[in-house]
Amino acid sequence: MTDVLTPVLTDIWDAEQAWKLATYAERGGYAALDAAFAMSPDDIITAVKDSGLRGRGGAGFPTGMKWSFIPQDNPKPKYLVVNADESEPGTCKDIPLMMGNPHVLVEGVIISSYAIRANKAFIYIRGEVVHVIRRVQAAVEEAYAAGHLGKDIHGSGYDLDVVVHAGAGAYICGEETALLEGLEGRRGQPRLRPPFPAVAGLYASPTVINNVESIASVPAIVKNGAAWFGAMGTEKSKGHGIFSLSGHVRKPGQYEAPLGITLRELLDLAGGVREGHQLKFWTPGGSSTPLFTDQHLDVPLDFEGVAGAGSMLGTRALQIFDDTVCVVRAVLRWTEFYQHESCGKCTPCREGTWWLAQALTRLENGQGSEADLDQLIDQCDNILGRAFCALGDGATSPVTSSIQYFREEYLAHLSHGGCPFDPARSTAWAGTEVSA
Amino acid sequence: MSTTAPLDDKTIAELREIAARYPEARSGLLPMLHLVQSAQGRITPEGIETCAAILEISAAEVNGVATFYTMYKRHGVGDYHVGVCTNTLCAVMGGDAIFQRLKDHLEIGNDEVAAQRQGDSHTVSLEHIECNAACDYAPVLMVNWEFMDNQTPESAVQMVEALRAGHEVSSTRGPKLCSWRETERVLAGFPDGRADEGPAAGPASLAGLEIAREHGWSAPDPAATPAVEAKESDA
Repeated sequence: MTDVLTPVLTDIWDAEQAWKLATYAERGGYAALDAAFAMSPDDIITAVKDSGLRGRGGAGFPTGMKWSFIPQDNPKPKYLVVNADESEPGTCKDIPLMMGNPHVLVEGVIISSYAIRANKAFIYIRGEVVHVIRRVQAAVEEAYAAGHLGKDIHGSGYDLDVVVHAGAGAYICGEETALLEGLEGRRGQPRLRPPFPAVAGLYASPTVINNVESIASVPAIVKNGAAWFGAMGTEKSKGHGIFSLSGHVRKPGQYEAPLGITLRELLDLAGGVREGHQLKFWTPGGSSTPLFTDQHLDVPLDFEGVAGAGSMLGTRALQIFDDTVCVVRAVLRWTEFYQHESCGKCTPCREGTWWLAQALTRLENGQGSEADLDQLIDQCDNILGRAFCALGDGATSPVTSSIQYFREEYLAHLSHGGCPFDPARSTAWAGTEVSA
Repeated sequence: MSTTAPLDDKTIAELREIAARYPEARSGLLPMLHLVQSAQGRITPEGIETCAAILEISAAEVNGVATFYTMYKRHGVGDYHVGVCTNTLCAVMGGDAIFQRLKDHLEIGNDEVAAQRQGDSHTVSLEHIECNAACDYAPVLMVNWEFMDNQTPESAVQMVEALRAGHEVSSTRGPKLCSWRETERVLAGFPDGRADEGPAAGPASLAGLEIAREHGWSAPDPAATPAVEAKESDA
């Protein structure tokens, strides 16, 4: 049995100047690099495959398998691109990870680039987090100065350059092909696939795009072995992951645990839902994953468990909403977000998210009719699976799941002639007599 | 905001330097536009033309990019650009109330600059923003893209007044706030040497780690698991 919480990537966060190379090195940082250089690139890919590591950016694709898709007989340069565009509503793990432990990302970048035989890597960080960008810039600079980056790293004959690239505000750039467009200096609109980035990615060259937490998980796998990683988690969802609790819990924050932990266990650690209130609904993996309710407290938070219960593990972004929150208000706001962030490339998403927001606005204001609910479901049906990328699919998740679980609450808006909830009761300061 | 000075030679050299970081120069466009904002306080027609000339693409192509990304501003922002997260979780936790209070207090709407009153040493602008990946600190404000965690309407008003008065204000999880233009320079890839300011992690980031320490919980001991395992997984 593993422990309830298993800090690996977060373990250094409480150290003095945790972000400095000296702190990281004192704790064995960059030791995995020599272990990696003693292996062949293919053996590293095999080790990562054997560990069972699956992408930590939401989709859960096996990381080692993604790497093995890079055609090594392609004469073009290979690239590694780290997706540090963390923007999915509720998701807040990569940002503190890069703030507190940027060197584990840099070490992961070096090993991963070596494995796929890339000599140039990019870390694409969303632009709206300047201090995180400072920390990663500084970590890369320190790694160059220490000989972990540049020419002939550790005498291995292997060369790697890393560029830290700031985005400029676009949720869609978290979609990997839109990210590549942004990194090529274009509007962030997704590309048609195939060809997949492994074959024709950045500059039409073979490219691996991985989430921050995925890449940061690689050094410990190389150092400690696949069996160590597999000792955590469940059969098909191995290893550790950062679970982000936010909203109406007493101790919101980051909890690094084996995959498969439940919300009930996490809430126990976090002191439960705030005093005097009940859990009403929550997202298992960000706003693009269908809502769960208090019926789902014991769903194992791994890829299969959450999928089996009708949602997606996503980014383990557990946004907790208590009984003071109007689900229609919540869903309308998310829908306005998707409408705003739709890149405009495809009709189902561009037009569909606009119409969803219109219908939901009416309902939240107590206008419209019950038939609007069926129309919403129908609209979602026409977006899901028909949009160019996952943004459109994600936009339907809160709508359909909220109607599934809270149809009565939608109807209550109609009978009440408006929203029956007082938003002041949901605030962080509600009950503390601070006037809002 | 003062009248916009033309881009100087140093800035133009730095724009070229950004383009040279990449295997293909056009990849530099996003950071180059950040640098234009740092130099001129907004995306100017001159900035667009200059980027286009350096990258040997049309001004229309640069324009298309500059209008796609929300961080690029065609009109000026304040010395301190205040973003209030009003995505669902922050909105529910009080972001809506904070945004309303700041609009009332500053007497402006979304994406506007508050008037500089007599005695104000700095200007402030206001925008509602989407999720900024700090949900465990809700409700969250960003000032020049630095975290201001766990805000209330009162703390937000006090903060903007401190900024207007020219008092020193620090991010709750980062450095002393610098100006919007200085921030844009860091985003263009020119570090300002302030990476070591602020803590490694805020209190919420450490919530799980503290509980693990109390209980003595940790990841498995690597020595207790075989270093190299037989290949059994087909992933």
